[in-house]
Amino acid sequence: MVEKTLNNLLPLQCGTVKKVTATGKLKQRLFDMGITTGTRIVLKKTAPLGDPIEITIRDYELSLRLAEATAIILEVEETTV
Amino acid sequence: MKIALAGNPNSGKTTLFNNLTGSSAHVGNWPGVTVDKKEGFYKYNNEKLSIVDLPGIYSLSPYSPEEVIARNFILSDVPEEAPNLIINIVDATNLERNLYLSTQLLETDIPMVIALNMMDIVHKNGDTIDIDALSKAIGVPVVGICAFKNKGIKELIEKGISAVNEKKGATSVLKNSIISGVFSDALAAAQKAGVRNELFVAVKLIENDLLVTHAYSELAKEVNSIKAKYQFTEYDNDYESIVADSRYKYINSNFSSFQIKNIKNTRVSRSEKADKILTHKIWGIPIFALIMFAVFHIIFSGDFLYLSIFGVEPIEAPGVILQTWLGELSGMGIEAVAEGLSNAAEWVQSMIVDGLLGGIDAILSFLPQMLLMFLALSIMEETGYMARVAFILDRAFRKLGLSGKALLPLLMCFGCAVPGIMATKALENEKERRISILIAPFFSCGAKMPIWAVFAATLFVDKGGEFVVFAMYFIGIATAVLLTLILRKTMYKGETPHFIMELPNYHLPQIRSTLRHLWDKFVHYLKRVTLVIAGAVVIIWLLSSFNFRFEFVEDIGDSIIGVISKGLSWLFVPLGFGMGDDGWMFVVAVFTGLIAKEMVVATLGVLAGMDGDSILEGGELAGTSIAVLLSTLSVPAAIAFMTFNLLSVPCLAAVGAAGAELRSKKRLWGSIGTWLLTAYVVSFVIYWVGTIWWLGLILGIIVASVITLYILDHKGILKVGKFFDKIFPRKSTGI
Repeated sequence: MVEKTLNNLLPLQCGTVKKVTATGKLKQRLFDMGITTGTRIVLKKTAPLGDPIEITIRDYELSLRLAEATAIILEVEETTV
Repeated sequence: MKIALAGNPNSGKTTLFNNLTGSSAHVGNWPGVTVDKKEGFYKYNNEKLSIVDLPGIYSLSPYSPEEVIARNFILSDVPEEAPNLIINIVDATNLERNLYLSTQLLETDIPMVIALNMMDIVHKNGDTIDIDALSKAIGVPVVGICAFKNKGIKELIEKGISAVNEKKGATSVLKNSIISGVFSDALAAAQKAGVRNELFVAVKLIENDLLVTHAYSELAKEVNSIKAKYQFTEYDNDYESIVADSRYKYINSNFSSFQIKNIKNTRVSRSEKADKILTHKIWGIPIFALIMFAVFHIIFSGDFLYLSIFGVEPIEAPGVILQTWLGELSGMGIEAVAEGLSNAAEWVQSMIVDGLLGGIDAILSFLPQMLLMFLALSIMEETGYMARVAFILDRAFRKLGLSGKALLPLLMCFGCAVPGIMATKALENEKERRISILIAPFFSCGAKMPIWAVFAATLFVDKGGEFVVFAMYFIGIATAVLLTLILRKTMYKGETPHFIMELPNYHLPQIRSTLRHLWDKFVHYLKRVTLVIAGAVVIIWLLSSFNFRFEFVEDIGDSIIGVISKGLSWLFVPLGFGMGDDGWMFVVAVFTGLIAKEMVVATLGVLAGMDGDSILEGGELAGTSIAVLLSTLSVPAAIAFMTFNLLSVPCLAAVGAAGAELRSKKRLWGSIGTWLLTAYVVSFVIYWVGTIWWLGLILGIIVASVITLYILDHKGILKVGKFFDKIFPRKSTGI
């Protein structure tokens, strides 16, 4: 298992949330959207201009910026979907 | 009885609200914030049930204005004002995240019923949800509904009312979680303190919620000492994390089993296919450009099918045809009234025909195209494409401190600033919304086009008329970018707003609900601006028809506005168009242009001794009296005049819209001042740089050196930024 922050994930790679390092408003927002420890995330794609990214989490699509994705530490699976 | 409608964005809440309330719905606003408050009635057994639509939220955390509004309403300080029932609308195709909010709503003392929406799609996908089992597990009634098809509504209300009569108390999923010990101790403490909504307060104190901690500081200390007795090293004792985790874990292990998913999920895959094309790495942006072009073409084009390429008489676009048709209709009406009044005194005729009816005509003149813009916007919003536009273009806007969501409202402004300004409602960040409203009028709208066209056809006819029109658009965009950068560095300093956005599944727009949405916006708008516009037109008529002794005059030059313009024309001499015998005429045009930009050309035409309408109808203008009038301007002065009209107060309709969105007189006057000042400064610079070329050279050198310094600083070769930081130390801002 490799540890990576979400912004370093490649498209179609997936991982499990290990820790959310954000604070305050951003942290609560990420939790509320379902990014909690143990959740599986698939990186669907990046936007045409390279940022933001689109992820699949808890059966729905969520987009966030790379800057916000740095706060999410994942354990990356070796196989892609 | 008062019922609150709560649920996630995109859960079909608005549709349910519209179906429940029908024509009784009305829009107001929540105190202190620019979020719509929708209220209406549902008739049940001759009882009027009051329905309040809460903003779409994902959680009851204290961070976004929407969340705070919903909380304050549900947990109202005055018990009589709190709702008697919460209808929690849940998107059945996305149970997990939707139920997260439900677990928080359950913690309040208000009885609740869950409306499981989009059950039709669940069935279509071949999935099943055991509603009875889910209801038992959650402990509140759950009713499967389909808001679009108006199914299950009656049962929903019936179950809701019986829930009110049963009055089951608050419950929390935390009582079966790893922090059950902390939870029961905190709850006991809250009960002992005798607070209202004790369970909610206890949970929020465990979470270190800002607002609740502040409101119950004594109790908060007690809860903190309870927390100190426990250790959750796995989570670093981060209670926000533990609570959020516990909620989702509970949902996963206790509710998700009632949902059986079909492996082959056709709807999602269709949505995914559409998404692959619309947000494609290469084609995503061109497709967006094409869609926008199509929208504008259908609404504004004079040559809809490009027939003129083949030398055939062009057909106008539907938007233009509708506009012309309505214009003719109102023209006929006005004529009929004028005929009926032919025996009345001259000033009475003038007041009713030119003043009052002219005001109605001014509103009608842009209505069809404005409505079509609204329609296009609504469709993009409802299909889910709007979120994708924000997704594909966010990067480009971030440098300006705006998010991708700001793009669509601003693009709308090329058609009409009114729907553009109203669409800024979709922006979550208050600063971003205010900046967008401020720069909205700089995007040259449809009503300004005739001004550019007349100048292109007269003064610039041999000097690249096309280029002048293009230059006006460019000046507008450049000013918007510049002002945004300046505002971001001064008044609206601060972090760029976060961008964490759900990308909802695509679905076809529902005609009925889209039109309904459009109608609501339209009525809402008319209510706000009709009086203002009609009033202003009458005032302009008064000012241009009477002199200071209140005698009716034929010549505008002798009227109040004429005299004022002559008196104030020196103000515009620095911009190049206030001097000379005819200078005041341009000043009158500028003044009438503040009311509506359609009036600029008409005013100039009347002052030049021509019928204003005939100028707008096209035809050869060279050699006519308006061409003679315009030729009294030098080229830089003409551009300065156009620039002033481009950047100053767009029109009263837009001012009305801005006032409705800013919801503060102070900020509205601030915006009006900003527009006038920007218009003056930019026109001034353009006139003088154009007149004295070496001034341009100096300015050019200054701009070039600033840019060079910026680039060198950015690459770390020079340390200008650090130098400035030393002189003006920045306050550190936490996130």
